[in-house]
Amino acid sequence: MLIKRTERQTRRSNLAATVGNHADGGLDRRSFLRRSGLVATGLATIGALPLATVRKAEAAGPNMAGATIRKSICTHCSVGCTVIAEVSNGVWVGQEPAWDSPINRGSHCAKGAAVRELVGGERRLKYPMKLTNGQWQRVSWDVAINEIGDKLMAIREKSGSDSVYWLGSAKMTDEGAYLFRKLGAFWGTNNTDHQARICHSTTVTGVANTWGYGAMTNSYTDIRNSKTQMIMGGNPAEAHPVSLQHLLEGAEMNKANVIVVDPRLTRTAAHATEYVRIRPGTDIPVLYGIMWHIIKNGWEDKEFIRQRVYGYEDARKEMEKWSPEEVERVSGVPGAQLARVAKMFATEKPSTLIWCMGQTQHTVGTANVRASCMLLLLTGNVGGPGMGANIFRGHDNVQGATDVGLDIVTLPFYYGLAEPAWKHWSRAWEVDYNYLLGRFDDKKIMETTGIPLTRWFDAVILAKDQVAQKDNVKAMFVQGHASNSITRIPDSLNGLKALELLVVADPHPTTWASLSVQAGRKENMYLLPIASQFECKGSRVASNRAMQWGEQIVKPIFESKDDLEVMYLIAKKCGFADPMFKNIKVDNNLPVAEDILREMNRGSWSTGYCGQSPERIKSHMAHQADFDMLTQRATKGPNKGDYYGLPWPCWGSPEVRHPGTPLLYNTNLAAMDGGGVFRARFGIEREEKRPDGTTVKVSLLADGNASKDSEIKDGYPEFTVGVLKKLGWDKDLTEAELAVITKVNPAAPDTVSWSTDLSGGVQRVALKHGCIPYGNGKARMNAFGLPDPIPVHREPIYTPRLDLVEKYPTLPDAKQFRLPNIGFSVQKAAVERGIAKQFPLILSSGRLVEYEGGGEETRSNKWLAELQQDMFIEINPADAAERGIKDGGWVWVLGTENSSKAKVKALVTERVGKGVAWMPFHFGGWFGGEDLRGNYPAGADPVVLGESANTITSYGYDPATGMQEPKVTLCQIRAA
Amino acid sequence: MARMKFLCDADRCIECNACVTACKNEHEVPWGINRRRVVTLNDGKPGERSISMACMHCTDAPCAAVCPVNCFYTTADSVVLHSKDLCIGCGYCFYACPFGAPQYPKVGNFGSRGKMDKCTFCAGGPEADGSKEEFEKYGANRLAEGKLPLCAEMCSTKSLLAGDSDVIAQIYKERVSRRGYGSGAWGWQTAYRESIAT
Repeated sequence: MLIKRTERQTRRSNLAATVGNHADGGLDRRSFLRRSGLVATGLATIGALPLATVRKAEAAGPNMAGATIRKSICTHCSVGCTVIAEVSNGVWVGQEPAWDSPINRGSHCAKGAAVRELVGGERRLKYPMKLTNGQWQRVSWDVAINEIGDKLMAIREKSGSDSVYWLGSAKMTDEGAYLFRKLGAFWGTNNTDHQARICHSTTVTGVANTWGYGAMTNSYTDIRNSKTQMIMGGNPAEAHPVSLQHLLEGAEMNKANVIVVDPRLTRTAAHATEYVRIRPGTDIPVLYGIMWHIIKNGWEDKEFIRQRVYGYEDARKEMEKWSPEEVERVSGVPGAQLARVAKMFATEKPSTLIWCMGQTQHTVGTANVRASCMLLLLTGNVGGPGMGANIFRGHDNVQGATDVGLDIVTLPFYYGLAEPAWKHWSRAWEVDYNYLLGRFDDKKIMETTGIPLTRWFDAVILAKDQVAQKDNVKAMFVQGHASNSITRIPDSLNGLKALELLVVADPHPTTWASLSVQAGRKENMYLLPIASQFECKGSRVASNRAMQWGEQIVKPIFESKDDLEVMYLIAKKCGFADPMFKNIKVDNNLPVAEDILREMNRGSWSTGYCGQSPERIKSHMAHQADFDMLTQRATKGPNKGDYYGLPWPCWGSPEVRHPGTPLLYNTNLAAMDGGGVFRARFGIEREEKRPDGTTVKVSLLADGNASKDSEIKDGYPEFTVGVLKKLGWDKDLTEAELAVITKVNPAAPDTVSWSTDLSGGVQRVALKHGCIPYGNGKARMNAFGLPDPIPVHREPIYTPRLDLVEKYPTLPDAKQFRLPNIGFSVQKAAVERGIAKQFPLILSSGRLVEYEGGGEETRSNKWLAELQQDMFIEINPADAAERGIKDGGWVWVLGTENSSKAKVKALVTERVGKGVAWMPFHFGGWFGGEDLRGNYPAGADPVVLGESANTITSYGYDPATGMQEPKVTLCQIRAA
Repeated sequence: MARMKFLCDADRCIECNACVTACKNEHEVPWGINRRRVVTLNDGKPGERSISMACMHCTDAPCAAVCPVNCFYTTADSVVLHSKDLCIGCGYCFYACPFGAPQYPKVGNFGSRGKMDKCTFCAGGPEADGSKEEFEKYGANRLAEGKLPLCAEMCSTKSLLAGDSDVIAQIYKERVSRRGYGSGAWGWQTAYRESIAT
């Protein structure tokens, strides 16, 4: 018998050691991989390259003992798990658990535990490519940037600046996303968007319109304090697996109720104490159904509503309409079950409501999240530990990219697009307002919201007079966004063909490449290789608003470039780099990330990114162990008193040392301790009509309630210099602050506010008196100004319940975001044509744990791809039996529009109810049954390909945000 | 010496597969070889539960009992390892193993299986600790560095525990008594002829 003892300590013994021992003996990466038995198909391509073009991935040199430890953040979801990388001679050789992170405590999911493969790079786009006569040809960066720049300028000349669409990414750092928005501004368009549009745009709009900011109010770790967790429209076990550590441990410790409301019995629902199955698209009736029981039993929090809620009486009328019978008729949920849920949620507090894209991705997405907020307000579950709207954002930096304004409706940090917003940013950027104005076709279009990314192809192919800008969209510049995560793929093919220029800057060719070739595109398309975030440095903001700084783990592989460098090269080529980078140092074409963050600090008063200096954020990363996991607060060390990642709002300049705000609107803490109140964002009073025709002015400010230690014990408006004067607090402003304030608005310095004062003085003084700079208002149950100020149920565009359409129709057709939204006509036609008879099954879509987003990146990762090799559709056994469909067999899924069809495998399961089918949305590279592997540049095709769910999804857009409808459409399924 | 064991808390496992990819990452395990996998019971039905499975490093391991070339050995930490130099790829251990742990690369013609591969509890193999030969044949040796298996260290919900039997049994007992339920230390009776009283 062999015996071996393992007591003695040896040094690092994985790839590093192996490569190290061979470094002088000539073992290169390829022969190493051969020896360890790996299939190295992708590497054959690398081998054929001239050596000079490939950055040497081989670790060389004799001394491999001490691998360097570098810290970054996982690039796959908004939980914000720290990734610990071991780097040896420029090669990422191992991953270790990040025990000190107060967020993930060492843990990862399948994606996080596999991120090292992303910089292994076998399936990455390796160098710039150009489509020439339908073939991919390698070009140099210089040629690519020159040709792209010339074409962009020619299109601008002919069709105006709005004819170029800048589609950015939630995968970028804050600095990248901010710079991309700035690039749009300096180019002269508001057609700048990113994944938040199709992820949580409805959350941002709906939630901000309720109580001030459209973000997660609490945090993943704070859910440990909840006594009732209600997850409605989310499957965090697959989408945010590490969050389950906090949900499950919290539930165990508190013996908490875990309620999952979802059309599918998800992997999350498997751990619920109560599972509520609803018909897709009936969230509002179910939420009102819960509220109906609450008000009927008097479980509402009357004092909270009196002090902090506006519009309750109006909302109550809508709640009263949803009797258990009507709720069951519409949603299928029995009244007795909702009575039980209502009692738990209202009486076993604190309760939190968790949601994700199950609520947001609907034509009624904004109304859905509004109804969710109403349930929280009704039960007084906002503004304390264990409570709140725990909105799980999707991408690792979708919160940050949204905040920094990579968006069609606003400049950075939610300043909007009106003249004061442009003037604020022209001051922060130190450029003349008239210069920016001159970059646009005219002032009106400069102040008009752009086109949502969900409609990019409509903006290309609709008649010119249907698109409310100078000309159609002629060029797409896509930096880090999938095409297959957008609905109506068959329609998008027309757009792909018609574009005059298509640039895709991404670590992977993506479905933009494979579908463009499929659409018949032959020329004028470029692929630019972009580094993954592990090859760059910068900050990213997790769902809980905490900012973390990621180090560069290794240098960009192959010919990849940092996002920031590409933006600089384009700006330089197009002639506006000098004003755009006036205050940003550029090193050898690479803008310095820290300088960009400092510029953001200087302009972001509205959202409180002003206190998050790079130095403070880096110090948090360096001293993670000082932070307590439950409170997220540092108990010792240089950051003592700070909350981890300085969750925004982090008020004042960095010198004010505000600790960040771990829970929004928490009146139990003082302002300088992270406390807050609902934001006075919607004015101080509103004129309401009485039944007798007279009007009355009703206050929108909080009533007899303020944050701890506030010197004003009641509601107050947002702070301006004028308000400070009225309070006699203007004396606290320093000379230097007053000088800056006068410079901001020499004509009327009194109007300079907490959000426009570049000195930070107004914020500093408000905080000094214990007040929150944005004022102390009421949250709105009646969100006047939105399409449905009080949410009402509206049937999906394609619904199987024709009997309900008349009573609950979608909103009338209207022009929104420069384009017509003809949802009403489509719904009407579908009813009249009896679409639901031909296509009787509801089709929904969602996530798998192994993949993310459009999935080209994760499907290129061999460790992940091996776990999910086939695109599939979930179908209930009863529906399968009627159609003769066997588990694992091929089926055709047929869609309602464009005779769309997709060939996928059947997964016969009770996970979905009868009449409902479900597909994951991460697949791509097939279209209509055809494998498009040959359309990718050689060697850069993902390991696993499959049909995209969005080949089948159909028309439908939220009127407030342009959100698409991938969660409810109709389909038919046939055995293939 | 410690008696190393795995314990998967089925009430915590969410089938996120972090354990699977962590293993692939740490040991550069090639496509087709799965030293660890997650098994889901009652998939899509009420009562669905998942368990992460790999070699359990049994007491009196049945694989060792049937091996015709005696390639298995048990370390001082009670980790069951094998020698790929001795292994003839006969597959007997695969039939003997109650957990389906042994894997074969399926190389070559005539149905030859190649050398058996399985979870090493991140403890390498017979070659010198931390040597390139050890890494190429068996993967990393974390135990020799004073670290535990990466699959358990990276588990998203702290469901998969790996380490000294007494310690992980204590963690599990405390967890079950606090929350008031537990489906038992799955596989322990088969692997170790004992269970955890909770």
